[in-house]
Amino acid sequence: MNGLSLWFRYAGASIKAQLQYPASALMLAFGQFAITVIEVLAVFALFDRFGQLHGWSLAEVAVFYGIANITYALSEALCRGFDVFGESFVRNGAFDRVLLRPRSAALQIIGHEFRLSRFGRALQGILVLTVAAFLGFQWTAPAILFGAWSVIGGVALFTGLFVLQATLSIWTVDGLEVANMLTHGGVTAGQYPLSIYAEWFRGFLTVIIPLACVLYYPVVGAVGRVDPLGAPTWFLPVAPLAGFAFLAASFIAWRFGIGKYTSTGS
Amino acid sequence: MSGAAHMAAGEGRAASPLAPYLGTFSQRLQLTLQYRAAAIAGFFTQSWFGGILIMVLAAFYSLNPARAGALSLSQAITYTWLSQATLALIPMFGGDPQVTAAVRTGAVAYDRLRPIDTYAYWYTGAAGYMIARAAPRFALIFAFAAVAMPLAGFGDWSWRVPASFVAGALYAVSLVLVVTLASAMMVLVNLMTVVTLDNRGLISITGALIMLLSGNVLPLQLYPDWMHAFLFVQPIAGVLDIPARIYFGQLTGPMALAGLGLQAFWTFTLVAIGWTWTGSVMRRLQVQGG
Repeated sequence: MNGLSLWFRYAGASIKAQLQYPASALMLAFGQFAITVIEVLAVFALFDRFGQLHGWSLAEVAVFYGIANITYALSEALCRGFDVFGESFVRNGAFDRVLLRPRSAALQIIGHEFRLSRFGRALQGILVLTVAAFLGFQWTAPAILFGAWSVIGGVALFTGLFVLQATLSIWTVDGLEVANMLTHGGVTAGQYPLSIYAEWFRGFLTVIIPLACVLYYPVVGAVGRVDPLGAPTWFLPVAPLAGFAFLAASFIAWRFGIGKYTSTGS
Repeated sequence: MSGAAHMAAGEGRAASPLAPYLGTFSQRLQLTLQYRAAAIAGFFTQSWFGGILIMVLAAFYSLNPARAGALSLSQAITYTWLSQATLALIPMFGGDPQVTAAVRTGAVAYDRLRPIDTYAYWYTGAAGYMIARAAPRFALIFAFAAVAMPLAGFGDWSWRVPASFVAGALYAVSLVLVVTLASAMMVLVNLMTVVTLDNRGLISITGALIMLLSGNVLPLQLYPDWMHAFLFVQPIAGVLDIPARIYFGQLTGPMALAGLGLQAFWTFTLVAIGWTWTGSVMRRLQVQGG
């Protein structure tokens, strides 16, 4: 069995397990939806008051907002295993067993759980993108392609962040709450066009963590505007490749981390 | 548990009926204060998220600040720092973890056996836990946003001083009422956990509503004007928005007293609801095994 079909088995088993308690699964997803929709209400309130965000209209910001949330929802659904790696695999020594199996550790960790509840956030994102259409945003074919490409590159980037978080917890032997600053913080910042931020913060989100390359430049292409930051048009569709480069670098770090792994012995 | 020692000492002095609750309070306070790494991690994450929110608010204000109404940008920035500094006083991530764990394991049955009032026991425990989590985070964020940032030349983004000495003093009084109100709210969330066992969906929706109605997501004055009267009198404004308005000197004299009065009123109301509800929940309690 190849890696992909094995992952489908893992995901299928995880989904079946969660559906053993359908009411609970539904409530968790609805809870996710409610929380993230409440944040949207605050954004509407801000637009109701100020009319625009540093020159961006509500319809345009809704495109950024929806794409960022769909991206993050998929990443969180997919990467649960890496997210809880410290407390669920390293601290209790469960990773020893993973290493004994004749399959790659990364595949087994990513197969740990496919989280259905995150579809609550994805639903919020889809709703926000629909609102954008109602506000007059044209979902043309290039806009849809740019949007989908942004989500794919974004999932690669966030997966890379979760893998790095897991790698660091090989040393900290615990969950890494501070990693939240980059993952959850990344989506919090990336919900808005990054041109609104201070220069140092933009630089950080472009050079160190290429969030701008996956959640800003391709979405500028989708929105069909000239980039206020001055990126040339040819760069907009190329930018999401940075997400894959980041993911590749994260896996190099991961392999190094596994090489240094010592069991807690518990 | 060191709490037992505290309580035993209280009984040794033979005495005040309040001793077990004071013991619970100081035990939770001291125990929670031990988690220094968590406080430092909280300081970094909260400063980071506060910083992002401030940049977003500043971008909204940038082109037409006049439309903001009564809340200036520097006040909105200070509001964000106040909000992050007192974040641990807002029960938005569920109830008291000690009670939640007791419900899940069935240990809540022991709470039934204690010859003390369960409500007061949970209430004082929640107060000790919240104060111990909030105090170090408040101190660290204050040192960073109110002291270090202006010194480093980031005065525009910093936590400003209160409107006046009186406003600062009234803010301190208001913070005490934040603790009394938030503890009452936390016990209500505990009770929701007991009644629904492990309904994380419901708890997270409650938490989200608390975030929205407290002003944590957005200062309440930035919502549409027609909502302001409702937003001011609803109970959850008392854990963040009312103290902030007192700090800015937007509520002075009789209005400041009205703000403090609202906090006190909602504290009494939520305590009364919680106390009654605790009685009925505890009478019908079914304990989980395991």
